Amino acid sequence: MIAGLAVKSLRNRKFTAALTTLSIALSVLLLLGVERIRHESRESFTATISGTDLVVGARTSPVNLLLSAVFHIGNATNNIEWKSYRAIADRPDVAWTIPLSLGDSHRGYRVLGTTPAYFEHLRFARDRTLVLEQGRPFDGEQDAVLGADVAQSLKYRVGDSIVIAHGAGDVSFTLHDEHPFRVTGILARTGTPVDRTVHVTLAGLDAVHKEVESGEDPLAAIIGTRQRTDAPRAVTAFLVGLKSRGAALSAQRAVNEYEGEPLTAVLPGVALQEVWEITGAVEKSLFAVSALVVVVGLSGMLVSLLTSLGERRREMAVLRSLGARPVQIFSLILGEAASLTAMGIMLGAIALYAGLLAGRSWLESRLGLYVAVSWPSAAEWELVALVAAAGLLIGLIPAWRSYRYSLADGMIVRF
Amino acid sequence: MSVAAPVIELSNVRFSWTAASPVVIDIESLRIDEAERVFLRGPSGSGKSTLLSLLAGVMVPRTGGIRVLGQDIGRMGGAARDRFRADHIGFIFQMFNLIPYLSVLENVCLPCGFSATRGARASGGGTGIEAEAIRLLEHLDMADAALLRRSVNALSVGQQQRVAAARALIGRPELVIADEPTSSLDEDRRAAFLDLLFRECEQRHATLIFVSHDASLGSRFDRVIPFGEINRPSGAVNAPDRRKP
Repeated sequence: MIAGLAVKSLRNRKFTAALTTLSIALSVLLLLGVERIRHESRESFTATISGTDLVVGARTSPVNLLLSAVFHIGNATNNIEWKSYRAIADRPDVAWTIPLSLGDSHRGYRVLGTTPAYFEHLRFARDRTLVLEQGRPFDGEQDAVLGADVAQSLKYRVGDSIVIAHGAGDVSFTLHDEHPFRVTGILARTGTPVDRTVHVTLAGLDAVHKEVESGEDPLAAIIGTRQRTDAPRAVTAFLVGLKSRGAALSAQRAVNEYEGEPLTAVLPGVALQEVWEITGAVEKSLFAVSALVVVVGLSGMLVSLLTSLGERRREMAVLRSLGARPVQIFSLILGEAASLTAMGIMLGAIALYAGLLAGRSWLESRLGLYVAVSWPSAAEWELVALVAAAGLLIGLIPAWRSYRYSLADGMIVRF
Repeated sequence: MSVAAPVIELSNVRFSWTAASPVVIDIESLRIDEAERVFLRGPSGSGKSTLLSLLAGVMVPRTGGIRVLGQDIGRMGGAARDRFRADHIGFIFQMFNLIPYLSVLENVCLPCGFSATRGARASGGGTGIEAEAIRLLEHLDMADAALLRRSVNALSVGQQQRVAAARALIGRPELVIADEPTSSLDEDRRAAFLDLLFRECEQRHATLIFVSHDASLGSRFDRVIPFGEINRPSGAVNAPDRRKP
């Protein structure tokens, strides 16, 4: 009865009600959107190193090692010697390793020297393996496999020839053009930094550098040619998969205490946690801003309900004369606030999902952020419940006022 | 007249807005019988509306007793008074009687939403509440199908008052209270409105209390009560009849 009156009353004030709903919906959209992006970006970072138990590199901070080796953010650390890599890779508790050699680039994209183990053992998005969309994996020194973004934005196809440059910049003056690579394969999109990487063999990368050095230093050229068929001299970092997850801590300690040279081993989960601590402050302030926007949206509702009360005192008096109890007048106004809040939340949630569906491919290609369109998480339900509670709480103010009016006015309001 | 049961009995009723403010209602005794048509006459601001609020149980007197339909409403709790009003009293105001966001039909049926008793009585003929509402509106020349679903804001003042009358009469309340219902109508419409009000109340054996400052209407009623003669407040003559909330 009272609920029906509340709905009809709102329908009668369509324009104001629609504006109020819209402002609440936008604020809910922002709040849920910030939460969703925060959650998905963490998921996406975590997904990038699925299945890797340790990341090992030269002595540096865990965050720096993780960001440079796995996410290609920031500059690569010092190299580690090949024999150090072998020593750890040959440990009995190690199942597999993926060596990574960084430091070169191709037209702004990082070049990664690695081994076929990369295609065999690297996992992303929990347990997915890399898939070649075209061509075959690298085999010889001149082969290169491109990430999906590299191929797409530079319009490369299998068989094309590319030249890599020293350093990570977009423009480099040291081109390794004596040693061009040939595209043998293009990977399917992963939504991880792999998409923006040019993959070559360690031997290929080594060959490039030796040729440069041979041009500068005849002595190195002699040594270089002699070592041409030998193992690579160094790698930047490597990923380790253990036979048993439980051995991660002891393996980490063993690497950190390795005597050949100072090394750092990080557990990806722990290092990511440190990253979240750094980004946490930004996330918190974003969240605070969006929470404030919700407060602004709900204040709009408060203002519109309070303004309407003045002209509705006559209506309240008529309802009282018909036998409405003051409590029913109270519930009528509270019901209107509740309906406005509920409609705002629903509209905001619909807008969020529509936006995610429409914008997911953009997010994936531009930011490398893979956003799952899934049911709201527990945290999101919690936020929605908080907004609903805040809406009801704010609705108590005009409801209480109308209650007081109806008690004081009785049936004799004159205009 | 001696056999008729009293519908309203007031004895030594005094009312003031606050304990300290001047007394605005001071009535030694007043009795209105069943099916009586009473004209309560007095200038605006004299406290007539306050008296109606007391009869309806929206306000409670400071002292004295008010019996409506044999029950002492001063002794009822707030919720019981609200239910009593919903069950037994139909109201018509001067203007702005109708809920603006409800249709004509919804407005007429509204009292049955607040009172199960009136709902049961309205649908007593086995036809349902809406059918009874349409029947009432037919009596008032307002049952045009297009009109029923229309917003009440589109109606003329005369039409609005007829809808208000139908709403006051639905479910056959024993007491109909009309507070200046004709003051916004012209003379022809005033007479027509009174005719239909009398007719409907007579058919239902309802008691009618009609309040107005317009003495010329008095001749058509069973009894005229000059408000100034029964109400003798000791306080200021121009006592306010409304408290600022």
